[in-house]
Amino acid sequence: MTAIAGVEYTGLTGLRGPLAFIEAVPGLAFHDQVELTVADGTTRAGRVLGVSERAAVIEIFGPTDGLTLGSTRVRFLGSPLRLGVGRELLGRTFDGMGRPRDGLPPPLVVEERPIEGAVINPCRREYPREFLETGVSAIDLLTSVVLGQKLPIFTEAGLPHDALVMQIVQQAHAPGVERFALVFAALGLPRPVALRYEEAFRASGALGRMVAFMNLADDSAAERLITPRCALTAAEYLAFDCGVHVLVILHDITNYGESLREVSAARGEVPSRKGYPGYLYSDLASIFERAGRIKGRPGSLTMMPIVTMPSGDVTHPIPDLTGYVTEGQIILDRALDRRGVYPPVAVLPSLSRLMSDGIGAGRTREDHEDAARQLYAACARVERARSLASIIGGDELSEDERRYLRFGDLFETTFLRQDPREARSIEDTLSRAWRLFAEVPAADLTRLPADLIARYLPHGGAASPARSALEAAR
Amino acid sequence: MTAPAGHLIEISGALVRARCTAPVGLNEVVYVGDDRLVGEVIALEGDVATMQVYEETAGLSPGAPVELSGGPLSVTLGPGLLGAAFDGIQRPLDRLALSQGDFLGCGQHLAPLAPDRLWEFRPTAAAGAAVHAGDELGVVRETDSLDHRILVPPGIAGTLVDIAAPGAYRTSDRLGRVQPASGATVDVGLAQRWRVRVPRPFRQRLHATTPLLTGQRVLDTFFPLSCGSAAGMPGGFGTGKTVMQHELCRWARADVIVFVGCGERGNELTEMLWKLPDLVDPRSGRPLAERTILVANTSNMPVPAREASIYTGVTMAEYYRDMGYHVLLLADSTSRWAEALREISGRLGEIPAEEGYPSYLSSRLAAFYERAGRVVTLGGREGSVTIISAISPAGGDLTEPVTRHTQRFTGCFWTLDKRLAEARGFPAVSVEDSYSMVSADLEPWWRDEVSPDWAPHRREALTVLEEAARLRHTARLVGEDSLPDRQRLVLRVAELFEEGFLRQSAYDAKDASCSPARQVRLLSLLLDFYHRGLDALGRSVPVRALTALPVVAALARAKSTFGDDEIAGLDRLAIQIADQCASAGKAEMVEAVS
Ligand SMILES: Nc1ncnc2c1ncn2[C@@H]1O[C@H](COP(=O)(O)OP(=O)(O)OP(=O)(O)O)[C@@H](O)[C@H]1O
Ligand SMILES: [Mg+2]
Repeated sequence: MTAIAGVEYTGLTGLRGPLAFIEAVPGLAFHDQVELTVADGTTRAGRVLGVSERAAVIEIFGPTDGLTLGSTRVRFLGSPLRLGVGRELLGRTFDGMGRPRDGLPPPLVVEERPIEGAVINPCRREYPREFLETGVSAIDLLTSVVLGQKLPIFTEAGLPHDALVMQIVQQAHAPGVERFALVFAALGLPRPVALRYEEAFRASGALGRMVAFMNLADDSAAERLITPRCALTAAEYLAFDCGVHVLVILHDITNYGESLREVSAARGEVPSRKGYPGYLYSDLASIFERAGRIKGRPGSLTMMPIVTMPSGDVTHPIPDLTGYVTEGQIILDRALDRRGVYPPVAVLPSLSRLMSDGIGAGRTREDHEDAARQLYAACARVERARSLASIIGGDELSEDERRYLRFGDLFETTFLRQDPREARSIEDTLSRAWRLFAEVPAADLTRLPADLIARYLPHGGAASPARSALEAAR
Repeated sequence: MTAPAGHLIEISGALVRARCTAPVGLNEVVYVGDDRLVGEVIALEGDVATMQVYEETAGLSPGAPVELSGGPLSVTLGPGLLGAAFDGIQRPLDRLALSQGDFLGCGQHLAPLAPDRLWEFRPTAAAGAAVHAGDELGVVRETDSLDHRILVPPGIAGTLVDIAAPGAYRTSDRLGRVQPASGATVDVGLAQRWRVRVPRPFRQRLHATTPLLTGQRVLDTFFPLSCGSAAGMPGGFGTGKTVMQHELCRWARADVIVFVGCGERGNELTEMLWKLPDLVDPRSGRPLAERTILVANTSNMPVPAREASIYTGVTMAEYYRDMGYHVLLLADSTSRWAEALREISGRLGEIPAEEGYPSYLSSRLAAFYERAGRVVTLGGREGSVTIISAISPAGGDLTEPVTRHTQRFTGCFWTLDKRLAEARGFPAVSVEDSYSMVSADLEPWWRDEVSPDWAPHRREALTVLEEAARLRHTARLVGEDSLPDRQRLVLRVAELFEEGFLRQSAYDAKDASCSPARQVRLLSLLLDFYHRGLDALGRSVPVRALTALPVVAALARAKSTFGDDEIAGLDRLAIQIADQCASAGKAEMVEAVS
């Protein structure tokens, strides 16, 4: 297909939204990369979205205003979109298409790779089983992340997800693993937010072990569809070729979905729910399924996408389909945030599906799984006691229910609440959980085996350290 | 290589068009481009054929050659299917990994069954015999737990001219020849091909009489499945569809299991590939992998192959049914299949019916579920294909088209409840929103094989659960304390049913599966407590005193205290129930008197 590589043509036959139409060019292939040069000398990247004997449709990444039919020059590159990969990507910041954004020359690359990536043969995947520590108690204990998992954070506008992302960027590591790196992809972030991230990456020193791809809110919708694929191509190289454990943060998938809808509408496709294209699920899967581990290769690709639920609605197509593709979800909660609890992780609806095979003796600690179940059960009781209290009033509650109300407060203050700069080890997190268990009516500690209780439960419920911590916190 | 039958004139995603110079058939398999990507003709108009391509189409140009295969999409059926993993069009994923490495490439055509593998064949028919379709020619011990019967393929009958001697043969070897009444002799081998979109024929359909036991109490006791029926299992994300399917794969009493991962996660299939070889079939004591066929077309693999995957799966299921086996087909999830259909239909520019789905969605679903059934095979054996499909309704909305249509064509419907799942109440099968239309047909089996209690007890338990659901509404309005004692007992007993019977953890070593006998015993204990509780209320024992009895906690835990081989422990519990209920309230009465 290289017959046409480098050939340049003048003249488009039509323009609509991010799409350009051109007469057919012999040898032009589906998904080929295109470069358009506008009258003012600036260039745009694009790719072939459909091609027939007579005509081709090109999707343009970048602003299309000012483009004209007559004077635009089109050059075909004879291959699909690619990204140059190499270790020198580390420490660098790129735009949404992979061009340097930090004023430095392009990095030395060892290879150009198609950004669409290839499908991992399910028989060659290694089941993810190694713990990734974020240093955030709520995540590490209750929705543990394992290397190679895809676990999104579901949030709402106005919640402190940016602080949580920064905390994870700074603290994430895998115990006993040295080669750890991050790939951050901004997808349609407002400029001020993006700048704050960039500054924080530099100031915290995190940049040295990360690669950032920044597609901002005013960048084109079509480009936003490319950005996560560039980021993942870089991440796959680091993970599967260099043996690095890579955590990829995609922020924000909702913006990505909006762009997909916009481009799909311009393509004139039949919409399914809420105007989103019928292939939204497959498209999201083509991104999220790039997470994983491969047999015989030392690295891993873990993904934490951020999903802002439009109007807080988890059944909206984007969070809904994300939930259907990913392996669990961490949900942030407005009520907790209002009460000033950071990080406002809603325990009950959050879930990590790969957790149980990745924790326990030799991975985190022997009591992890039982402690998580017990804490979970206690939180469910708190929830019930709280809703009961709101109906019949606190005075009517039974002694146990009142105890759970107290437990709920203690849980939020001594366990959930955490400083955005505080990194807690899993041991610290577990011992906080055990101090809390001293507050649970002994008969309800059914999820904990007796030997663990004997080993870990602090004695003397009433004068427990957790209680004194609460007093101190006040 | 044959001369091209046409050339591409248009490429748009997985859909391509070609102008053909040779006659081409609808549904014919084609090879597209220099890489010979596999595709299927889905529309014909004049000399232009529209094809869906089962592989990545980036890099295809107009003018690229198109070759015809000469036939529609088919699978290879023969020994070696068990234990293997295929993609949606039956490419062998395990062997592809050897030739292509860790990532799936394009244009590789490997035979589905290993061509060099030798199988020990033992003839059971003699030369000169008159044979018909479905008759057994011989047997291959495919795994240590299954005899693979080599049958005369459908459509063939005549005199068996010759038959191979006992010995080792490849799947491509000829084993015998059949001389039909007229025409040339037909070769019969270890393997045969069959079109995936055409159901394999059988002699007669049979009624439901035997349950397909799953080891899951909520299913076997309340919403049972019969061999040959079809079940739909809708539920929002994270409600436990996949875990349930994995549990069924592990515990269901079927001879062969075909698991179709249709547009779902790669890691879930990896988990199966990792765990299956170490899990033991409770019946044969052999590794579970030996009775399982995996079809894995994950969400990121080409969408047309996802559409084909359920047909590939069900055709393999029918093949083992024809040998007289009970086969369970698990499809996770048919919503993703329907979405593949929608995507292709959208690209074809068809006018959508609802939510973008094509108007033929329901007829395609109907045709798929029709392939379930308990039958007399062409060879006169009894076999069955049972289908259980997960449904992933958009936004958890059960009124969406795929859920609704599936409901019309399946006799069992197991609705998974988001709230239950969030409260970690697994399996999150909602008692209010699930049903089985075969439970009455299965009563004789349970009565004769297990216990006469099954039918009356399940009815009574369902009544209690239903009453409790209604009472909960009332209690929320007026407070539980204002309900009469009997109703409060019903509420407590329903909770006990839920905890002690309905909930069943997939990760509990003793309770992950529950035998029919233990199911019946557990339920009868719970009902026994209920009846004695009612009696006690009649003696003015307060509800509080009943629910505080130590035996209540023991009942809630009994499922994980006493495994399938410890039913005697449950009998001891029955004595405790009797004792404690009889003396319940005495202490309080003494207190009140003194
Ligand atoms: N029977 C069960 N016992 C214990 N835990 C369960 C059970 N079923 C589900 N779970 C828990 O719920 C999680 C989600 O279950 P599962 O993956 O089966 O959901 P799903 O309905 O298939 O979701 P999706 O539609 O997104 O694929 C599991 O990872 C597990 O933690
Ligand atoms: Mg699932």
